[in-house]
Amino acid sequence: MSIKKIFGSIAVVFTLFVVSCQPKDSDINKNVTENIQSATPGVNADVKDGVATLNGQVKDEASRRAAEDAAKKTKGVKSVVNNITIELPAAPTVTISVDEALQQGVTDVIKDFPGVTVTVNEGEFIVNGELAAEKWKRLKMALDGLNPKKVNTVSLKIK
Amino acid sequence: MALQEKYQELITAAETGVPGLQVNEQGGVLYIKGQAPSGAVKDRLWDIYGKIDPNYLAGDVVMDVDVANIGAGSKVKVTTESSNLNLRKGPGTDQPVVGKAAHGEIITLISKTNDQWWLVRTDAGEEGYSYAQYLSPLS
Repeated sequence: MSIKKIFGSIAVVFTLFVVSCQPKDSDINKNVTENIQSATPGVNADVKDGVATLNGQVKDEASRRAAEDAAKKTKGVKSVVNNITIELPAAPTVTISVDEALQQGVTDVIKDFPGVTVTVNEGEFIVNGELAAEKWKRLKMALDGLNPKKVNTVSLKIK
Repeated sequence: MALQEKYQELITAAETGVPGLQVNEQGGVLYIKGQAPSGAVKDRLWDIYGKIDPNYLAGDVVMDVDVANIGAGSKVKVTTESSNLNLRKGPGTDQPVVGKAAHGEIITLISKTNDQWWLVRTDAGEEGYSYAQYLSPLS
């Protein structure tokens, strides 16, 4: 074995030794990402010189803290910059089923309610016929559960 | 806003009893949506609703409150009017009937395919999809 090759081997061993003592940013990054993603999905980490910068959006302050703690606990992380923001609660909107889904759902519901028919029009159920009060209550519960825009009972008579 | 005043008692009861309740007023209809912790809470809300709007005929409320704690593996009761409950091969009334559960029978919920169709098993081992409207939690 030539002297050159021996020196080459020593250099490789030395490099490995140094690397194993001082985790590489890319390795820390991988570990931090694994740790925080199991705690709080939706958060990303970027590690530079042992400093982990966290970015992303979470639901609440507790999740924000949890991500920071998870990052701090990761081996090789010297400090954490927490840039995570907290989502504003989305303005609730009303979900209305499409007519096809309403029609499909009502076909299943209505077979147990002889004496009434229900038609679907632009998100509205239009109920026709006659029903006992208790049965109508059950039907109304089932219809509301299908997410219509409205349940129109102008042509319904309660017995 | 007028609707929320009319149904104030219902909204207050729902907000107290149903965590994560959604109340929206849109196009002259009040939408109440959420998961009640028990069947009793759901029943109470429908009673209050029926007190404000007798027979639910005003058409200004759509209340979609289902019962949250009915999870897979839990027991449910067959609450048909009087007849047996059909167990079907698939989720839909177009599917063939593969078994029956008696009125009042306690059966096991295997999974919720959707809000309407649940896969269930009777103690006799019959398995099939049935309409969720006829299944009630035991509590």
